[in-house]
Amino acid sequence: MRRPGPLPWLKPGVFVGALVPVGAIVWHAWRGELGANPIAQALNQLGLMALVFLLAALACTPLKTFFGWTWPIRLRRMLGLFGFFYALLHVSTYAGLDQLFDWQAIRDDVAKRKFIFVGFSAFVLLVPLAATSTSGALKRLGYARWKRLHRLAYVAPALGVIHFVWRVKKDVSEPVAYGIVLGALLLVRVGVHLRSRPPGRLQARGNVPADLVQPERRETDRPIPAARCPGSRG
Amino acid sequence: MSKIGKSPPASEITPEVLYMRRREFIRNAVLFTATSAGVGGSLLWLMKGARAERKRSVGTDRTDAGERELTIARHSNYSTDELLTPYRDVTSYNNFYEFGTDKGDPSENARTLRPRPWTVTIEGEAHKPQVMDVEQLLGWFPLEERVYRMRCVEAWSMVIPWVGFPLGDLLKRVEPTSRAKYVAFTTLLDPEQMPEQRRHVLDWPYVEGLRIDEAMHPLAILAVGLYGKALPNQNGAPLRLVVPWKYGFKGIKSIVKIRLTEEEPPTTWNLAAPHEYGFYANVNPTVDHPRWSQATERRIGEFRRRPTLPFSGYAEQVADLYAGMDLRRFF
Repeated sequence: MRRPGPLPWLKPGVFVGALVPVGAIVWHAWRGELGANPIAQALNQLGLMALVFLLAALACTPLKTFFGWTWPIRLRRMLGLFGFFYALLHVSTYAGLDQLFDWQAIRDDVAKRKFIFVGFSAFVLLVPLAATSTSGALKRLGYARWKRLHRLAYVAPALGVIHFVWRVKKDVSEPVAYGIVLGALLLVRVGVHLRSRPPGRLQARGNVPADLVQPERRETDRPIPAARCPGSRG
Repeated sequence: MSKIGKSPPASEITPEVLYMRRREFIRNAVLFTATSAGVGGSLLWLMKGARAERKRSVGTDRTDAGERELTIARHSNYSTDELLTPYRDVTSYNNFYEFGTDKGDPSENARTLRPRPWTVTIEGEAHKPQVMDVEQLLGWFPLEERVYRMRCVEAWSMVIPWVGFPLGDLLKRVEPTSRAKYVAFTTLLDPEQMPEQRRHVLDWPYVEGLRIDEAMHPLAILAVGLYGKALPNQNGAPLRLVVPWKYGFKGIKSIVKIRLTEEEPPTTWNLAAPHEYGFYANVNPTVDHPRWSQATERRIGEFRRRPTLPFSGYAEQVADLYAGMDLRRFF
């Protein structure tokens, strides 16, 4: 019998918790409790959840950097995929329930409304990330290319925040709050990048925590560096 | 047969490893449950799903119970016979930023508004300006029921049985001077009663305006009730404007001042975003909001979007007011 890894409850627990919002939306819709404009309500809530998960996925690495916690990294892929999952539900609700698959109207919306255009772009950017989220895809792409592609994970939530700001009629405090969180998560990365990049090559220097020097070599779910991928051409 | 049962089959015997690890199993089960509850609960909190639902029931119960019945003297030919939007929705899905920006906020927060006693000032270019209590005002005019479509600029709509009287009747009574070209309206400014006025989401107090010929049009009314009862606070008690061929934000709520003016008065949404909201704000499916289409709308309670009609279906009555005007420019 294989002994489970540390914290065997963590992933299943987060997985079930992450399904609570969609469960709540379906439950309230079924009972007619989504308010006077249920489709708009479901759209707003699904879109918000997509953004929350994308930000949560971006928070994993900084948590490790600052607190040395490795467990968030193990959740990162799942969180990102939940971001895609909610974005997909959001887009499907818009196309299916809101516009009833009126492709002409949807095309016009995407082309003419910048707020829908950026939201749609964010979704499109997430598709290749979800498609290459498996270990197999990582091997096929090679780590370097995979990692470059997955930098889109910084762009998609930024577009998501813009989409949110432009959607709101006046009070932008909520979207701006998410924007601040995103900005902080990105700034942390810039800071770490600058500190770990003095003239020489990546070396364990006194002022750089060992974690940052070889960020990918700890803990499990993290992609395996190219060197360790047999099929890698990266 | 022996009364003592056979020993259980080997398959049912708890493996020793598991037996030994039952504490660990229980611990993991507890941590799993706590994690999913924590994650799920936090997400629900962010989503405000539970809050929206509670608001809705609060709004429903309170408004159903409370409001005073009004005596309706006559029904109007201007009423539509379209299916009414349920009272519950009309009174729980509101844009009234003085009580919060979420459409569920006003029904929850508007209890702090005290619609009686309530003084209304009519001033400016009038021969007989007035300062009076709203009760006195109500005594002047027989109340009519007007079932109107209400098209919000956010592309949803309702059908609401208002109770009120023509705005023009009131204006005639104060005898506008020849210089009266516009009518300006002002909402109460009192952060005690309207707590969100402490936040600068909009420039308070909310102000709106009409051209005098629009204000004198028989479709424009001052409403004091809906569904045969006094206006609930969240719908703009005790006195609000209803101009059914314009977007809903023109229907200024909880009015304390009506001023006849020579110049076009400022209007709140126009001040907030001039390229998005014009002074006229006539419902027009061919002039889109810069950020979304106005071609269709969702009638609250309906599944399919429906096409938006010019002037929200009141073109026959009001299109003349804008003869020769470029409605793309004067949106």
